[in-house]
Amino acid sequence: MRDFYGVTLDHPLMLGTAQYPSPAVMEAAFRASGASVATVSLRRESGQGQAFWDIISGLGVHVLPNTAGCHSAREAITTARMAREVFETNWIKLEVIGHADTLQPDPFGLLEATEILAADGFEVFPYTTEDQVLAQRLVDAGCKVLMPWGAPIGSGLGLNNRYGLKTLRAAFPDIPLVVDAGLGLPSHAAEAMELGFDAVLLNTAVAQAGDPVAMARAFGMAASAGALACAADPMEARDMAAPSTPLIGKAWL
Amino acid sequence: MKIDVNGEAQEVVGPTVDDALTELGWGSARVATALNGEFLPKSARATTQLNVGDRLEVLAPMQGG
Repeated sequence: MRDFYGVTLDHPLMLGTAQYPSPAVMEAAFRASGASVATVSLRRESGQGQAFWDIISGLGVHVLPNTAGCHSAREAITTARMAREVFETNWIKLEVIGHADTLQPDPFGLLEATEILAADGFEVFPYTTEDQVLAQRLVDAGCKVLMPWGAPIGSGLGLNNRYGLKTLRAAFPDIPLVVDAGLGLPSHAAEAMELGFDAVLLNTAVAQAGDPVAMARAFGMAASAGALACAADPMEARDMAAPSTPLIGKAWL
Repeated sequence: MKIDVNGEAQEVVGPTVDDALTELGWGSARVATALNGEFLPKSARATTQLNVGDRLEVLAPMQGG
């Protein structure tokens, strides 16, 4: 089993902590999902930060701070350094956003920030595209995890480029891969895991569901089911039918 | 002296960042600081003097995806 900078996750779901109807619903969603990682951010202190931190600490999950909203390597690097101090972890979900509408990663800024942060002892989880060349450059820069997007953040479109994700899996057999962003349904999570991904990271699909707690449970089950299915070596798809019931012994009628 | 804290003008006595945080009620809070766009580690707050017009960012844990 591939580990995340030496940490073996006991569940392949990484869940965001934003956009829930209330902190209590968020907490219940985490417990229902079985998620092993919570993503968090840093924002200007407005009086709620300390209480939020108490809830997160009580969840007993690994904390993955992000650099969400950063549009330059410089901004992301500073945010990462602040996050490391506050959250007391070297893990950083590195986001350098390149486009305001698609929230697509800026590959150049991402690589620049990765090189600096990895050299500074950070364990970088880069939010990237499925581009294989960029992936190799990120690995060369020190990433031991890659997090390609499924679809634009918050879109719920699922796996936009199944071929690209499959190719990435084949190209990096030893690197833990996480589909990060764009998942809308539990079946998307299962599909990613069936492709051989090691985890899925999502937020909006759970937090904005009519019943976030039930949806969290569904995503947790789907991610686990997909992982189990992948390990069980799925059959190859074929174009023609093949009868499953034996023909031998069929009556002459 | 007048400085900018999280985007708003504030009057603080200082003279250090540590003093200003205590004045602003964040003495014991779990926060990270940046001064004029650069990360300022906790360990450096007590020895870093503020100047008029400085931009201080005080960030705390928050929801994120």
